[in-house]
Amino acid sequence: MTKQDRIADPWGTRTPYGSGEKWPVRVDTHLEEGLNPEDIDRWVQTASIMHSNGDALDIAVKNDRIAGVRGRASDRVNHGRLGPKDLYGWQANSSPDRLTKPLIREGGKLVETDWDTAMDRVVGRTKDLLEEQGPSAVGFYTTGQLFLEEYYTLGIMAHAGIGTNHVDGNTRLCTATAAAALKESFASDGQPGSYTDIDHADVIALYGHNMAETQVVLWDRILDRLAGPNPPKIICVDPRMTRVARAATVHLAPRLGTNVALMNGLLHEIIANDWVDHDYVEAHAVGFDELEKRVSEYSPEVVAEICDVPAEQIREAAKIIGEAERLLSTVLQGFYQSNQATAASVQVNNVNIIRGMLGKPGCGILQMNGQPTAQNTRECGGDGDFPGFRNWSNDAHIADLARVWNVDPMEIPHYSPPTHAMQIMRYAEEGSIRMLWVSATNPAVSLPELRRIRSILTQKRLFLVVQDIFLSETAQLADVVLPAATWGEKTGTFTNVDRTVHISEKAVDPPGEARSDLDIFLDYARRMDFKDKDGAPLVKWHDPESAFEAWKECSRGRPCDYTGMSYEKLRGGSGIQWPCNDENPEGTERIYVDGKFWSDPEYCESYGKDLVTGAPLEPTEYKAMNPSGKAVIKAAGYMPPHEIPSQDFPFQLTTGRTVYHFHTRTKTGRAPQLQAAAPEVWVEMSAQDAGDHGINEGDLVEVSTPRGSVRSKVRISGIRPGVLFLPFHYGYWDTKKGHKPGGSGRAANELTITDWDAASKQPIFKTAAARVKLIKRSRRGKPSAAPTTTGSAPVKGGIRPTRGDATAGVDEEFDVEGTR
Amino acid sequence: MKIGLVLHEMHRSENDLAHELLQVSERHKVDHEIYHIGRDLARWSQRHVQEIADIGHNYGLDLNPKPKDEFGLVERMRERGSDLVGRRGDASLLLIRDLRKIYMKATGVSADWEVLAQAAQGMKQKDLLDVTKQCHPDTLRQMRWANAMLKVVSTQIIVS
Repeated sequence: MTKQDRIADPWGTRTPYGSGEKWPVRVDTHLEEGLNPEDIDRWVQTASIMHSNGDALDIAVKNDRIAGVRGRASDRVNHGRLGPKDLYGWQANSSPDRLTKPLIREGGKLVETDWDTAMDRVVGRTKDLLEEQGPSAVGFYTTGQLFLEEYYTLGIMAHAGIGTNHVDGNTRLCTATAAAALKESFASDGQPGSYTDIDHADVIALYGHNMAETQVVLWDRILDRLAGPNPPKIICVDPRMTRVARAATVHLAPRLGTNVALMNGLLHEIIANDWVDHDYVEAHAVGFDELEKRVSEYSPEVVAEICDVPAEQIREAAKIIGEAERLLSTVLQGFYQSNQATAASVQVNNVNIIRGMLGKPGCGILQMNGQPTAQNTRECGGDGDFPGFRNWSNDAHIADLARVWNVDPMEIPHYSPPTHAMQIMRYAEEGSIRMLWVSATNPAVSLPELRRIRSILTQKRLFLVVQDIFLSETAQLADVVLPAATWGEKTGTFTNVDRTVHISEKAVDPPGEARSDLDIFLDYARRMDFKDKDGAPLVKWHDPESAFEAWKECSRGRPCDYTGMSYEKLRGGSGIQWPCNDENPEGTERIYVDGKFWSDPEYCESYGKDLVTGAPLEPTEYKAMNPSGKAVIKAAGYMPPHEIPSQDFPFQLTTGRTVYHFHTRTKTGRAPQLQAAAPEVWVEMSAQDAGDHGINEGDLVEVSTPRGSVRSKVRISGIRPGVLFLPFHYGYWDTKKGHKPGGSGRAANELTITDWDAASKQPIFKTAAARVKLIKRSRRGKPSAAPTTTGSAPVKGGIRPTRGDATAGVDEEFDVEGTR
Repeated sequence: MKIGLVLHEMHRSENDLAHELLQVSERHKVDHEIYHIGRDLARWSQRHVQEIADIGHNYGLDLNPKPKDEFGLVERMRERGSDLVGRRGDASLLLIRDLRKIYMKATGVSADWEVLAQAAQGMKQKDLLDVTKQCHPDTLRQMRWANAMLKVVSTQIIVS
């Protein structure tokens, strides 16, 4: 056993392996100072909710407190490994500033109260609004961090109880395009890949996906392949010099917002060189001719001009992808939060489709999620999609859902697409949504153009309910604050990127009077007295397990079929991949085997959309295009971003994350090792731009866009010239003002534009025009506090490397049999 | 031979649609999707205007390839007005009226393309037929967009 500082090295020690071999186990353990594994009272099974990878772990409980974590060796996802956010982030649970009592606004101030008073206020307001205006007055904005059982309960409560279609999650910001791209290409959500594809692939292409920081343990898996015999080739598309870019065989750093042009260039080469699996395309796809025609306009020279990437590099990357025998493609925010998000992500699907690289070991697509339980928001009706991937524009699907819920189909609003988050905010802005219930998310920091968002959330006419574990920036603006339990304090299940379902058990009691989100929703449903069509309670479950059983019935026969799972089955061993049913009792490693898709018009979740206008296809149009359930190849032309650099705003601004923090730092900012590793906001710029502007490492600058400004110190990094990068984690909860800037801002979203992809409705965080002004020189050349270990690594030497203190030591144990 | 008249009308109706799309997007600047997509779709009609002017030369016509002016003072005032009234629910009724207008105008343009395509076939004019084949699908997408947005916004506007 060795102690490793996993702040200094987030990825830990290598365990090399070769193609087709089993990934070795490495068990990571981090316990409170002075505790040893034998001191622990009990280990409680769970999985990570600090990112979307779904790493399985056990919580160490000592004297009824969480005292550490240990990776689960037997789990298919992580084989014992954990990333830094899991190793250190658990400490936030016992933070002294957890919310322990409900709060209500009295005379302009939030004051403590009891549950009855708080819930009566929420229920009273709901009933008044339903009477005055009807369901259209009520909206729900949830998260990607609750559990399956909670989303399902929220979904039925909102859709069939209240009868509103204003239900969305912050998954709109992270995973909406993943779902949209899958719905376009395969007519249904559902991940056409498996993490085990990394074990087999000979080429792995990462599109706008800084996996080293977003899914640390998945990157471990790739690093171990790279360290072993016959390593895969890596293609990286990213404007920053990330760890992925450093490991890449070819690194393409395109101009921001030009992903569609780049993808069309790659597809152009694949088709021109006939690296196409024509038999596969002929048998299993529609739309190839249109693609061939469209990409013929995108020669490497044309694309080089648009993207500012050498034509030779495009050819080289295309050749590697085109000659791959087992191609794994992964996509994340660099595509999802950028210009033409869905169109670009769909082109990645097209690469795998025309190369026939689906449903076989090493051949897959991972349209990634940003959040741990985002998949469940999508599956269970928490993000506006209907439960079980039911199709809102297929009346038979709505009738079937109404049967499961025992309500009249008219009770379930399905006359238009579910209202997406940005539109919910718009309705709140113009005053037609008058009650907004926000659960486990922090729009006052995470949505674009914060000045506007604050002005919406602070309106007197909007009744704002916030359910959270801390008094976040958003909670500070609420009329009612409901204190929630979190991971480790409640039981439930959730599903990761590659369809793996884990159970997360309650290890300790929540602090004070905090309640699980499920209990809060159930309490609300009871008080609202929601009924089914026979007058029985609409919500027929009372605890996590009965909610899970109800969900199983709802999922029966749908792509995300959970009927073969149970709490009992999820306990003890490894997570299980859906679909899991009578035919696949142990779950399903790969879907879309032998070119069989879920795209039949009667079965599919979506008929697709126009990628430019976002207009949904009519059922008849879809049936004419894809009558027999094939994959759909959709072509798209490049369109420039809506906001492009100008004389006043010459830079392109992009935002993103660092490996040490999650979202708005509500948890990671309260874990000392993580907070110390990335204590304050920074802005990255290239050495060339810094030179041109006479700016040095560590100087204080002001970054502005037409919407606001942020002050931060400069990190001169390997980022593409002309591009600025700001991490989005830093809000105001730990500043004097609490929920808004005191003078200059520090939240990246002060600067971002209100604009979204028309197809996925995902906001655009990665293409805005910006300028930089020097405010103050760094004192004695002191560098910025940005991490040196990651994408924010400095280009010049002599800067003290990021490392942890004595409490950051992590035990790594090798060659452990997968028994616990 | 009345092809000149048809092209004239086509040129006018595309110009008109482009202008309408721009006006509506300015008027609803606070409805960001209407604003951004409206402007994108206006560009399609502006491109069509140029295509029509180009092909018009073959038939002795001298049509202006430049679309009508984008922004006058009035439009700028309107944009400002949008910011000011964007918090008033009543203003949203205008959005239904405007989307309906775009839908109707795009339908008219679509009919014009239909007529032009018929004429091109009758005259065995391949270049002209190609222009209609290239442009008409855009018009249909403009129509579907207006129709889809109407579906999205009208319930909330009317029932609230």
